[in-house]
Amino acid sequence: MFETLSDRLTSVFSSLRSKGRLSEADINATAREIRIALLEADVALPVVKDFIAHVKERATGAEVSQALNPAQQVVKIVNEELIEILGGETRRIRFAKTPPTVVMLAGLQGAGKTTLAGKLARWLKGEGHTPLLVAADLQRPNAVQQLQVVGERAGVPVFAPEPGSGVGDPVAVARRSIEQARHAQHDVVIIDTAGRLGVDAEMMQQAVDIRDAVSPDEILFVVDAMVGQDAVNTAQAFMDGVGFDGVALTKLDGDARGGAALSVRHITGRPIMFASTGEKLEDFDLFHPDRMAGRILDMGDILTLIEQAEKAFDAEQAAKMTTKFASGEDFTLEDFLEQMMMIRKLGPIGNLLGMLPGMGQVRDQVSQIDDKDLDRVAAIIRSMTPYERANPKAINGSRRARIAAGSGTTVGEVGSLVTRFFEAQKMMRQMAGGMGLPGMPGGRRKAAKGKNAKTKKGKQRSGDPRKRAAAAKGAGDGQPTPDALPQGLPPGLGGGLPGGLPGQLPPGFQMPDLGKLQTRKKK
Amino acid sequence: MEPVILLIIALAVLAVVVGGLLLLRPGRRTTRPPAPPPPSQPTGEGSTAVLEREAAPTLERAPPAPPAEPVAPPKPEIEVPPPSAGRLVRLRARLARSQNALGRTLLVLLSRDTLDDEAWEEIEDTLIGADIGVTVSREITEALRTRVQVLGARTPAQVRGLLREELLKQVSDGFAEDTDRGLRTAPHGTRPAVVMVVGVNGTGKTTTCGKLARVLVGDGRSVVLGAADTFRAAAADQLETWGARVGAQVVRKDEGADPASVAFDAVKRGVDGKVDTVIVDTAGRLHTKTGLMDELGKVKRVVEKQAAVDEVLLVLDATTGQNGMQQARVFAEVVNVTGIVLTKLDGTAKGGIVIAVQRELGVPVKLVGLGEGPDDLAPFEAEAFVDAIIGD
Repeated sequence: MFETLSDRLTSVFSSLRSKGRLSEADINATAREIRIALLEADVALPVVKDFIAHVKERATGAEVSQALNPAQQVVKIVNEELIEILGGETRRIRFAKTPPTVVMLAGLQGAGKTTLAGKLARWLKGEGHTPLLVAADLQRPNAVQQLQVVGERAGVPVFAPEPGSGVGDPVAVARRSIEQARHAQHDVVIIDTAGRLGVDAEMMQQAVDIRDAVSPDEILFVVDAMVGQDAVNTAQAFMDGVGFDGVALTKLDGDARGGAALSVRHITGRPIMFASTGEKLEDFDLFHPDRMAGRILDMGDILTLIEQAEKAFDAEQAAKMTTKFASGEDFTLEDFLEQMMMIRKLGPIGNLLGMLPGMGQVRDQVSQIDDKDLDRVAAIIRSMTPYERANPKAINGSRRARIAAGSGTTVGEVGSLVTRFFEAQKMMRQMAGGMGLPGMPGGRRKAAKGKNAKTKKGKQRSGDPRKRAAAAKGAGDGQPTPDALPQGLPPGLGGGLPGGLPGQLPPGFQMPDLGKLQTRKKK
Repeated sequence: MEPVILLIIALAVLAVVVGGLLLLRPGRRTTRPPAPPPPSQPTGEGSTAVLEREAAPTLERAPPAPPAEPVAPPKPEIEVPPPSAGRLVRLRARLARSQNALGRTLLVLLSRDTLDDEAWEEIEDTLIGADIGVTVSREITEALRTRVQVLGARTPAQVRGLLREELLKQVSDGFAEDTDRGLRTAPHGTRPAVVMVVGVNGTGKTTTCGKLARVLVGDGRSVVLGAADTFRAAAADQLETWGARVGAQVVRKDEGADPASVAFDAVKRGVDGKVDTVIVDTAGRLHTKTGLMDELGKVKRVVEKQAAVDEVLLVLDATTGQNGMQQARVFAEVVNVTGIVLTKLDGTAKGGIVIAVQRELGVPVKLVGLGEGPDDLAPFEAEAFVDAIIGD
């Protein structure tokens, strides 16, 4: 159920790896897997069919590159194709020559129109506009109040002449709002309409009437990222009914893969303009097609993971950890506990692991892990004295028994935690050394800043580059690295995480995606 | 630079945790009870199961001819909603409205002379199109295929009948229509029954609470609504509007108040006022937000200090795709969901994801929402649902 596309493709290709060119049989074999992957990501069926036909065409006869195995090659094509469709045409809001610019929001019930209206208003305000929110959702009980509160939070005036909850004519409200905007010198008008179903002819006519009354410059179709196969029907119904110029995708902060984005884009050809990624008004951004593509393919969304981490992690603590790490100090159980608690804040651990690429092989086990297990580990550490936390080596048999009794676990569990901790500590020490390798430009920069990094740097840079390249390549071939991105594995990382935990960790722990990460940081 | 280091540290931490768990699992697993509760027993707690037998389900299953007419509704203040029985008739009409495309496709497929591989694949696609999911769709198609071959069914009507049976089996397997799908909303002696409504944002929780209150008032119950959605702007107002329509009390606090305290007060009001049922509306939350999910767990724990929570209803939106499974899994883990409400079935979406959810979590769909009207809430009926998927 949780297999990623890369995992599936790898199994398909395991017998055909030596071929130099993608044959038709190979492509047909992969097409089925791609189909399932896309369907599980909620891409609508007709869109999947078109898409696969397109990928097949492109993949036929494509030369297999030296760096990528066939599975990666196909994933690469699919990924590029996805990015192309999703991001083919991105554009900003078209502002009217003579203000006010009118933006109208439409969508199903519960898609998040009212919240999005507030976010859009806040964003526009930040861009130096003076928006006006218009409460034209007079259907749902107290939608008007909700918009008023949202407007207040965003610091944007709300035009709400009617009480709502079934009272008043939304068309008239919309018409009058334009007058009001001219009068009060607002240059953008955002009209929040009631949620409606595509099949509800009466409500759709109302939307058309509002549209005709205000002739909006932009009609945004608001759709939530969790929507399934119905995205096509709904998008088509709105396209035919009221028409729209752009799409806003909401609730992207969940773990839905968001195939709807592709469906809507493909069916209507309208660009996805905005992405809403949280409950707060500032969680709003322009749409990033490349991340969405990775997400739909479930390729492990490292970038999002890092962003979440940045949000959740305490800046001060993070800085402390960074210095500690760079200076090669020992990582104590105390630090470990701190980090673990931070990780907990990021969300359910299963989801987190799911975001890491290459977890496919251990997915079954991973799906059994829940946050209670983290709590159990925390309980063990909390049952230790400060002295023991700083010097885990001192934990002998009797201490172990005490800790086990204190945390309600067994002596074996305590013992294995400590052993694993030593392994991780060793691994991290090695990685701290690895930061000086030329393969990791980011690391080098940091190391140059650090005081004691000089000696390490000089010593380790003299390594044989061919050897490193070979190691990286070996890693790339031997395992299903899901990031079948053009750059493959960044050199120097293949050996970056020496087998600290042999046999237990998926190859994905060798962090294949750091190359991408650094490109982002350079921007 | 920092993110790289943080990531490395994070990975190391995860490595320790995961490595250990994988190592320790086998031994510990054995001591744990099997993860999914047996479907015949919706709640893990024995006490509620006992109570269930004493208290008859409020919402009649509404068979074609209702055996017992519910008690004639006494006059509450404002409106007298129609009783819950007989709603299925309207459900059928609603469902039939927009679902024909799918049924037509199937009909065309099944009326072919020979069912070749392509036709089977298209049948599978049709099921996938109803959000049933790839795995389940494939299983159903395979089973159907075998049966068609064994029975030598030839006519489209026969094949269609078999498909309907297969689907019905998937939807209703493991649940007794009458006992498992009914809502436990009858008071226990002096204590009110407590119903909690949970779900992600925008699925229709508040609306469901309002409609449910109406149904209960229509059946002659007294209801208190707890507006524990203190996060979304004007959510409490929305619930108050619903409450006012049927004359149910609403307990609310300021925006940003602790939802657990609102829920506590609502139940307290219910206990003091000898009310039959307390419905607690909670804020929508994405299942990925650990903090918010913890908060939800707290709401339930706090309520349980006064009265047992009889029902935890997870509201799923029919348009939700495969992510619905994920949502259900997390919510079930945090608050032990006892039933599912499938809303927005009046659109073109079919909500097929509930099949997978029912199967994996053993939690039955209990109610369906069919539109924005105040009485558009009906008990779930497997047959009507299946008919809607394959079309009449």
